[in-house]
Amino acid sequence: MGEILRIDNISVSYGSIRALSDVSMSVDEGDIVSLIGANGAGKSTLLKAIVGQEPLKKGTISFAGETICQTKHHSLTTDLIARRGIALVPEGRHVFADMTVEENLDMGAFMVRDQSLIEKRKAEMYDFFPILGARKKQKTRSLSGGEQQMMAIARALMSSPRLLLLDEPGLGLAPLVVQDIFSKIKIINEENKVTVFLVEQNARLALRTSSYGYVLENGRIVLEDKGEALLSNEKVQKAYLGA
Amino acid sequence: MSTLTLYMQYIVNGLTLGAIYSLIALGYTMVYGILKFINFAHGDILMVGAFIGLLVYTALTGDASPSAWTLTAFFISMLVSMVACAILGMLIERVAYKPLRNANRLAPLLSAIGVSFILSNGAAWIFGTQSRRFPYPFENEPMHIGSISITPHQIVVIAVSVIMMVLLTFFVNKTRMGKAMRATSLDQPTSQLMGINVNRVISLTFAIGSALAAVGGILAAFDFRVYPSMGTMTGLKAFVAAVIGGIGNIQGAMIGGVLLGILEAVGAPLLHIPNGMKDTVAFAVLIIVLLVKPDGILGKNEREKI
Repeated sequence: MGEILRIDNISVSYGSIRALSDVSMSVDEGDIVSLIGANGAGKSTLLKAIVGQEPLKKGTISFAGETICQTKHHSLTTDLIARRGIALVPEGRHVFADMTVEENLDMGAFMVRDQSLIEKRKAEMYDFFPILGARKKQKTRSLSGGEQQMMAIARALMSSPRLLLLDEPGLGLAPLVVQDIFSKIKIINEENKVTVFLVEQNARLALRTSSYGYVLENGRIVLEDKGEALLSNEKVQKAYLGA
Repeated sequence: MSTLTLYMQYIVNGLTLGAIYSLIALGYTMVYGILKFINFAHGDILMVGAFIGLLVYTALTGDASPSAWTLTAFFISMLVSMVACAILGMLIERVAYKPLRNANRLAPLLSAIGVSFILSNGAAWIFGTQSRRFPYPFENEPMHIGSISITPHQIVVIAVSVIMMVLLTFFVNKTRMGKAMRATSLDQPTSQLMGINVNRVISLTFAIGSALAAVGGILAAFDFRVYPSMGTMTGLKAFVAAVIGGIGNIQGAMIGGVLLGILEAVGAPLLHIPNGMKDTVAFAVLIIVLLVKPDGILGKNEREKI
């Protein structure tokens, strides 16, 4: 299948500090692609740039063949990018803590106007993440970290996105919970045909799950290859896999 | 009259006053919830609402004595005033606040104070500074329940306020845009990720808050009459009510308003505060609440306040 996301030579700065320099990459439709890198390498910045939350200094980002982000004043706003079919599960989950699980899912389906479709998708989500079904009337703040992460993923899926962006889905969670979340991501990709682009510090798990990977260092892409190739790459092993 | 019934009477009076405070406090709290900004022009919107209501009402009825028609005309004028104030509120946000959204936090605050002056001085210029009477659209003969007397005016104030608050609660909890409004106040960047157009939510917030202020202004007009600076003290007290309830919290504004109204009505006679000093009660209550619970009754324990 063809390319769905294309990032062309983008740079992002915070004041005088360069967060991303001349980053180019692409994601093919139907794939799981991961971006690994250390803390502060610019991973979250890249995802935020894709959804229009960080202005570009230069370069363009296009989605499904159309430019969505370019330098100032020519980019789409975040809500319009979401309407194109990109859903981001932000780092730290950002659930609407004072709202119930069900209301959070309703918000995920904000762009869907068909009430029966919303109900159908909610039922699917409760099926896929049974713990959410059990807690649907609870305030999200009462959920554990892992449950909140699942909630955030379910919320993103409610709009039936073409591209799902995940920012550190395993952050701060117990290893078993992380395993569970990654196996769910795999299912979402395979069965729901959602293209996934994920950013992760847990390089081993991320690369195992992905068909293709990029390595980001100090705001630059330094390496890219198939997932398993990166896993056996000496440099990657040394820097990110603790081998 | 025994002391108990006397105080029961004060509570009924306080409830009426408090219902009006609640309606106005909602506008402050909803805007704060989303923009973390105090709209100091909100009190003047209630004044504009009262003027529009009065103009429409007089145009419809002349100075007719109360009848079924005057009551209908009263509700028509309330509706017209709500719509007009909703538009005015959205317009003010667009012109005076939106351009300053990314500016220093003091800038929109100063802009709001400017808008407040424009509205009150504009009204003084157009209508003059003398106060006008809002005629009762119904016979205002007090009724007696036991030894407590309650006027039809009080019943209308309480009933209309309750209806408005029930509608608002339904809107915020059950409708798509209402939930989007809550989501935006909880986490603006994330709500945008859901495809929510935050600008539209903000406009809607100003529209609803201003429409409620129009209702509050008209209901307050019977007691306080209509004049260009009528919004200043009532608006300030409604703001106090919003802070007491926990600014940013919708239920808090409702509770804070009613509580403030009752404490004011009961507190002044209880503490033998002369009429001219009555307003001190509201601010004394504010100080006490802030000392005990700095975030207000239902406020979150957030450390971000201006």
